[in-house]
Amino acid sequence: MSHVTMNLHGVSQTVAGTVTEQGQTVVIHGKKYKTEELSYDVPVSGTVYGTLLNYQGAFKAFEPAMHKDPYKAPPKEPVLYIKPKNTYTSAHAAIPLPAGVSRLEMGASLGVVIGKTASRVKASEAMEYIRGYTVVNDVTIPHESVYRPAVKEKARDGFCPIGPWITEREAIPDPDALDIRVYINGELRQENNTQNLIRSVGKLIEDVTAFMTLYEGDVFCTGVPENAPLARENDRVKIDITGVGVLENTIIRESRIQGGAVI
Amino acid sequence: MKHARVAFGGLIHDAVEQNGKIKLHDGRTALEHEVVWLPPVQPRTVFTLGLNYADHAKELSFSAPEEPLVFLKGPNTFIGHRGYTYRPSHTEFMHYECELAVVIGKTARNVKKEDAYDYVSGYTIANDYVIRDYLENYYRPNLRAKNRDTCTPIGPWLVDKDDIADPMNLTLRTYINGELTQEGTTADMVFSIPDLIAFLSSFMTLGPNDIILTGTPKGSVDTAIGDEVITEIEGIGRLASTIVGEDVYEEAGDGQNAASIY
Repeated sequence: MSHVTMNLHGVSQTVAGTVTEQGQTVVIHGKKYKTEELSYDVPVSGTVYGTLLNYQGAFKAFEPAMHKDPYKAPPKEPVLYIKPKNTYTSAHAAIPLPAGVSRLEMGASLGVVIGKTASRVKASEAMEYIRGYTVVNDVTIPHESVYRPAVKEKARDGFCPIGPWITEREAIPDPDALDIRVYINGELRQENNTQNLIRSVGKLIEDVTAFMTLYEGDVFCTGVPENAPLARENDRVKIDITGVGVLENTIIRESRIQGGAVI
Repeated sequence: MKHARVAFGGLIHDAVEQNGKIKLHDGRTALEHEVVWLPPVQPRTVFTLGLNYADHAKELSFSAPEEPLVFLKGPNTFIGHRGYTYRPSHTEFMHYECELAVVIGKTARNVKKEDAYDYVSGYTIANDYVIRDYLENYYRPNLRAKNRDTCTPIGPWLVDKDDIADPMNLTLRTYINGELTQEGTTADMVFSIPDLIAFLSSFMTLGPNDIILTGTPKGSVDTAIGDEVITEIEGIGRLASTIVGEDVYEEAGDGQNAASIY
């Protein structure tokens, strides 16, 4: 049983609930619902930051290239990027497949939701600044080079499903030991665990807030594991982070959708 | 008209310029040094251009890119006019970049170049500081070099689009402690304002208060703690910032330091 807060479609105020039965049901004001029958909105409003190459396996896979041009050396500090506001979309919304693109990378990431202004925070104190956790799909057009910022590949409309809710911090005793599973059309396609992060949640917050203030409602994504699965048109994608939530979306050709819905 | 956001008398005001003074939203007037200047718009998504002036690209030993080199900034990095920009100890090279900032006024998707200015609300000035010591070759320029707290002064004014006859023909100048160190013209941009709006809106939706920082010409030089840096754009204004060091943070808390920098 864990406490969550969510934004439901058509209502501006935040709703509090209790998740039960391994995430199958959620109780709101004493009434029980199946999690998939609710209509969710994006649960956060701040800035969403992503981290590249933060899984040991992802780093190792890229390591041979790191000593060559144009990289010349392995990264010393966290490699960060921003998912801008036009990318945010909710659980169950359609992910737009742009014209001329056949496959999208499904970037399953734990999203750490910041609870209060965080500047120059030590890893040992990082938990105090965390409001909770959510599930993020850092949708990306596959690309080889990470030398230049991948704005065209990562910042398209609808390329950042977030949700379905924020699971309160107390429900997650250790964010550095969570199973992440990605299913496409019901088939398990990726499995990893946040214990394989190079920088743990606390260490990331320390390294990042050393130069960059995070604010209440910002979401810090801890990284995408190696071998992110590719999805095609009409694929149903489900990201399950144990205890945090299940984020499900469908890939739909861009020309067929408006506002996250098939029109 | 020129618009600003300022703090005065314990309140944040939407202000306008009137006869060289600041007219607050309740009709009172104040002088430049009597208010605390905030960024003139609260930024939503902020795009920044790298290497968008051929002479600056050459100065950094790069050739001008074939497609706009764009990176994003977070809200943490912005400060207003007459603010304090922090330079960490033990850094070798921190330089300013005087840039024309284009503010988007309405939702824009798949905009044609010839219609691009319809989506602009106005212009302001940004100083896009970078600490080159921290550049790494992953998603370069990386956030640690380019998206630091206090490292993007912006303002003082948002100038209405209609007040700037030709934004692609404005002189940019930077002064350190009163001495001219950078001079260029927006006419030398590799990708013009219409090019950039058409490019960005071709793959994503832009919205009100999105800002495009259009890059800087050559003439970026190192700055030192205590320097007053002014970035100036013809017809738009002069944006000042002062470089401060580690001592400002170490001494914070005793009240002495916060008082002395004002």
